[in-house]
Amino acid sequence: MAEQKPSTAIEAVESGLAAQGYIASRQIATAVYLSQQIEKPILVEGPAGVGKTELAKAIAAWRGLKMIRLQCYEGLDEAKALYEWKYAKQLLYTQILKDKLGEVLGGAQTLHAALDQLHDFGDVFFSKEFVEPRPLLQALEQPGGCVLLIDEIDKSDAEFESLLLEILSDFQVTIPELGTVSAITPPTVILTSNSERDLGDALKRRCLHLHIGFPEQRLEERIVESRVPNISQTLRRQMVGFIHEIRSLDLKKLPSVSETIDWARVLVLLQASELDTEIVKDTLNVLLKYEADIEAAQPQITTFIAKAARSNVFG
Amino acid sequence: MRENIHRFFRAARGAGVHVSPAESIDAMRAVAQVGVSDRTILRDALLLTLAKSQDEKLALGDCFDLFFSQPEPRQEQPEANGKDASEDTDQSPSSAATSDASGGSPPAELGPLAQMLLSQDRNAVAAAIASAAGAASLSDIRYSTQRGIFSSRILDAMGLQRLRDDLDELTATNPALAERLRAALDALREAVRDTVAQGLALYAREEAENLRNEILRNAPLARIERRHVAEMRALIRQIARRLRERYSKPRKRQRRGHLDVRRTLRRNAAWGGIPFLTAWKRKHRDRPKIVALCDVSGSVAQVSDFFLLLIHSLHEVVDDVHSFAFSSHLIEVSDILEKKSPEEAMAEIMSKVGFGSSDYGSSLVDFEKEFMSTLTPQTTVIVLGDARSNNLDPRADILRRISERSKRLVWLNPEGRLAWGFGDSEMPRYATFCSVVRQCATAQQLERAVSDIVATYQ
Repeated sequence: MAEQKPSTAIEAVESGLAAQGYIASRQIATAVYLSQQIEKPILVEGPAGVGKTELAKAIAAWRGLKMIRLQCYEGLDEAKALYEWKYAKQLLYTQILKDKLGEVLGGAQTLHAALDQLHDFGDVFFSKEFVEPRPLLQALEQPGGCVLLIDEIDKSDAEFESLLLEILSDFQVTIPELGTVSAITPPTVILTSNSERDLGDALKRRCLHLHIGFPEQRLEERIVESRVPNISQTLRRQMVGFIHEIRSLDLKKLPSVSETIDWARVLVLLQASELDTEIVKDTLNVLLKYEADIEAAQPQITTFIAKAARSNVFG
Repeated sequence: MRENIHRFFRAARGAGVHVSPAESIDAMRAVAQVGVSDRTILRDALLLTLAKSQDEKLALGDCFDLFFSQPEPRQEQPEANGKDASEDTDQSPSSAATSDASGGSPPAELGPLAQMLLSQDRNAVAAAIASAAGAASLSDIRYSTQRGIFSSRILDAMGLQRLRDDLDELTATNPALAERLRAALDALREAVRDTVAQGLALYAREEAENLRNEILRNAPLARIERRHVAEMRALIRQIARRLRERYSKPRKRQRRGHLDVRRTLRRNAAWGGIPFLTAWKRKHRDRPKIVALCDVSGSVAQVSDFFLLLIHSLHEVVDDVHSFAFSSHLIEVSDILEKKSPEEAMAEIMSKVGFGSSDYGSSLVDFEKEFMSTLTPQTTVIVLGDARSNNLDPRADILRRISERSKRLVWLNPEGRLAWGFGDSEMPRYATFCSVVRQCATAQQLERAVSDIVATYQ
């Protein structure tokens, strides 16, 4: 059992994240709390722009930790994610030390003795100095722990997933020449995915699975309130209501939270006091990113504004 | 409570969520952290640790609600009671009738079950049903035909025999009390029946689904019943997803490993040939290109339907697919399949070419005249049909030319091997020009055939 009542601890997470400008739902707060308690990574799935990456940033800011980010893409391999030998440096050093090596080995009488002496140096050229740590190794080497964000894991290849397994379950990596490097303090790991492809079961099994969808109306209003504080309450309600109506349409790309925030900023800049058909038509391109989507939404604008205004009265 | 959580894992498996031992350990750790007092937090914690996709989350959420459903707070024994049983007792109308019957302390010589029933202690009855359900290992229930046996097992475990004896005795000595007890027994039976039904809903779903899918996979596609068509489509989609997973990822496997000496030397000429920058060999792989010719005449239409659905849901794996449908003549149907929903597309194709008598010869002539240019040396040509050409000229020479222009020519025949060559079947004549000829009558054979075709490109 935790020292603290779990419900209060979860509320503490919620308010901590809120202080960083991230309004978390209870599920998100529970996931963050649990990942801390049982030291498991969180796999965050959801549509683009609902704040998956923001979550990692907010956690890092809240707990005062460094955030290390690894952006995944097709073709990412261990040399770019984990570690790499500084090949050029190794080569340069051997060239520079050529003479020195000759001196050291010059004393040896036989080839065998020279070989023995060479062995005494150990693997100078395969030591820590020649390892270039990449994000994953960096994360393990942070003395105070850190937040490791592995962004858009679904973009990477399947082999890369397997590479992550050791880090995710045991917080360690094995470098053949050096041995196993364990984390000084286990980092908080956040993986994000847009579900472009299904991830392997082995990876999923090691993570807490958190799905962030589009937020409820109230929650989204709070998010807008925290991000765009100088927007009036009526306008906020109207615009969030309007966006919820838009999301009921069958569109290529539904507007997500980041678009809501952008739109709120735009409306504040234009000094709109409330939604009307004109201003929505002019700024619809902030919300919708495809021409076809805008065309589909155009005829509905008036109805949606009316609906949003009505729900405003009762809500 | 631990026992309950374990039973919940079984129920979760029943709901189609894969819960491995490792996951159940994680879930137990999470539960130990958050405690069980707050139901919503418990729900979130279990959902976070057990479910691995949004679909699973929904299924598991429903399962949780069903499993831990509690209509109202109880006065006592909050932990010990089986959650699922209490609901049913409270809901069944006749148990309410039991409590309406006027009290009066029951005679002491009765058995424990009779006393419990007569004292109208609903919680105690619910607890007894739950523990008896545990003793009868209700969570092992798999099929709906087992309901009877589980009901009687639970009742036996609760001491039905003793109750019967009591009842016989009372009928002689105290008929009024016997009447009340009989009513209570009926209510109890009902409650137990409900418990078993709920157990079936919770634990047996997976088994039933697996069984049905297994039967569907091996059912001949051509003779599938109308009411199974939707399920079959879902199954085909599942197969498509599996094939996508298997074949869409590892195309870059052979990317590194061998040093490209020529390029390395050229790149490092500036440093006197000391290889500061290395260049590695790459292997290039093609994505499958598929041209599918599907017979849509009467007997084969259904199989073609499922085949086209499968091929066209493999976008991530297959670079380009050109589909053609024919019976007496041949048309290209790729656009129709891309743009419309499977049902509409098939209806349109059928209205254009379907249900005629098949003429392979003239269909092949159509193909050669208009679409021969779609074939490249990387193309796999798949012909799906029974090769029954109604004794018209089969034009096997065109098939030979198709085979020469393409990488492979695969013929999928929904008929069994035994029927090839009999009647108007031209299969043996066509088969000489095909790289592979295989039977393809069930979903399973369809999956294997398509899987093999895609695998040749890996």
